[in-house]
Amino acid sequence: MSANPAEYSVNEMMIAASARQLEGERVCFVGIGPPNIACNLARRTVTPALELVYEAGVYGADPQRLPLSIGDPTLVTGAVSVTSMFEIFSFYLQRGLIDVAFLGASQIDRFGNINTTVVGGYDKPKVRLPGSGGACEISINANRVFVIMPQTRRSFVEEVDFVTSPGHLAGKRPAEWLGGGPYVVVTGLGVYRFGDDGVMYLSRMHPGVTVEQVQANTGWDMRVSPDLVATDPPSELELNLMRNELDPEGVYTR
Amino acid sequence: MSVGGGAGGKVTTMHDAVADLVKDGDTVAIEGFTHLICFAAGHEIIRQGKRDLTLCRMTPDVIYDQMIAAGVASKLVFSWLGNPGVGSLHAIRRRVERSDPAPLELEEYSHFGMVSRYTAGASGLPFMPLRSYHSSDLPKVNPRIVELESPYGDGTVYAVPPLNPDLSIVHVQRADKDGNCHVWGFLGCQKEAAFAARKVIVVCEELVNGRVIRSDPNRTIIPGLVVDAVVAEPRACHPSFAQGYYDRDNRFYVAWDPISRDPAKLDAWLEEWVYGLATHNDYLAKMGTEAWDRLTPEQCLSEPVDYGAYSPG
Repeated sequence: MSANPAEYSVNEMMIAASARQLEGERVCFVGIGPPNIACNLARRTVTPALELVYEAGVYGADPQRLPLSIGDPTLVTGAVSVTSMFEIFSFYLQRGLIDVAFLGASQIDRFGNINTTVVGGYDKPKVRLPGSGGACEISINANRVFVIMPQTRRSFVEEVDFVTSPGHLAGKRPAEWLGGGPYVVVTGLGVYRFGDDGVMYLSRMHPGVTVEQVQANTGWDMRVSPDLVATDPPSELELNLMRNELDPEGVYTR
Repeated sequence: MSVGGGAGGKVTTMHDAVADLVKDGDTVAIEGFTHLICFAAGHEIIRQGKRDLTLCRMTPDVIYDQMIAAGVASKLVFSWLGNPGVGSLHAIRRRVERSDPAPLELEEYSHFGMVSRYTAGASGLPFMPLRSYHSSDLPKVNPRIVELESPYGDGTVYAVPPLNPDLSIVHVQRADKDGNCHVWGFLGCQKEAAFAARKVIVVCEELVNGRVIRSDPNRTIIPGLVVDAVVAEPRACHPSFAQGYYDRDNRFYVAWDPISRDPAKLDAWLEEWVYGLATHNDYLAKMGTEAWDRLTPEQCLSEPVDYGAYSPG
């Protein structure tokens, strides 16, 4: 099936835009779901030398199919190295070898603080979310954090219900922290970056999206870059890879 | 029979291992990170009606959703609570969000925190330091995560306490009768959980001669020294997987979602697939062979290594 580039989903745009952000990167800590597709897409398009690191204990994965879970056996076969989880977190992440890490988020605030723990109070949550997994230490130790998430008023919030993974806190991160924190956020509407004061701003807008629409889906007053540019729509190559190889059943891309 | 010795080594049945080594109120870890999760052991614990367990796992996974739905646990120690690649574990969520049908106490860490807890437990240390948790709300809801000044003036780190389960249950690809184990693929925390525990049950795909273990000592991640019982139970991880033996049954994980959402369906599933069966062999017989055709991978052998033979003279 050949893709018609005139028709694509919000998620396909989000994943293609995320993959392009990986150009020039080398060592990437991959999360499950959309990040997984974005990283594998980047490896087949903008950055073939990308080394995929998975928290289950894999460095240099070469998956031959889309892994449904973070611990799929296809990540092991043909990988450069399979280590204990202690080594992945200590020697690779905590030692500072991870250039980029992808995180998902249920809620994010303007400083890139991320909640994946609870909606509502911790003791009696309205919704119990999965929790940290490796996200808390990744957000502190990876050189740069990329966030990929759907954007609504319920996800882009004035104040997160719980800080699972710290971003730029209420401004600057402490100087002694290893990693630089959130660097880019990609949603179905656009691409966001962070100013010197640690505050998020709209840097690119996907085709057909308006600033009003971005604002209507943000729980605070979103800053807009004076140099705001439009994202290129997904290319035929990107769409073909996503539809035919990386997510043929459309679990994450439709 | 009792476990732990004799000419047959430590080999026993799942029934006897669980009957002898799991006590009500115990802290139990069935580890395995997506890989090598021993569902058959969880099912046997359910069948034997164990109660008031503190269950530890980095990722509780579908097995703990089943066990917690069956009422074996009063507390969960964990770091990521979900059905990997699918969504939520609804039986656990009902207990946490609505105390339905009973409250469930949580003790929550991050993955690195849980890995470090097992490592401290396995190393005989009072805590492990790690660079995580700074400015996260996790230490606020878990007072056992404590900020520490480095004694060398290099800023602060966080400490987590050792985790020493009363019992760890680890699945491995092959073991000998004394409990020496070979594992390949994702190692998870199998090794750390085994060394940290007071008692260990090893469940293996294949029970092999000790010569097979000694032919590749670098692959031995758990020595029989720390193992109390060995159970030979092929395919005991389904719907989890054993690298090289069978694939993860992703269809099962997807199918679990609607079952887990509906307490009546979940009870019916437990009745049909756990209480209604006596052993894991019955489970396999009930499954039939279709799934295994789908789940059996093509062979992909590693290049052999030469350890060298160093005889006297």
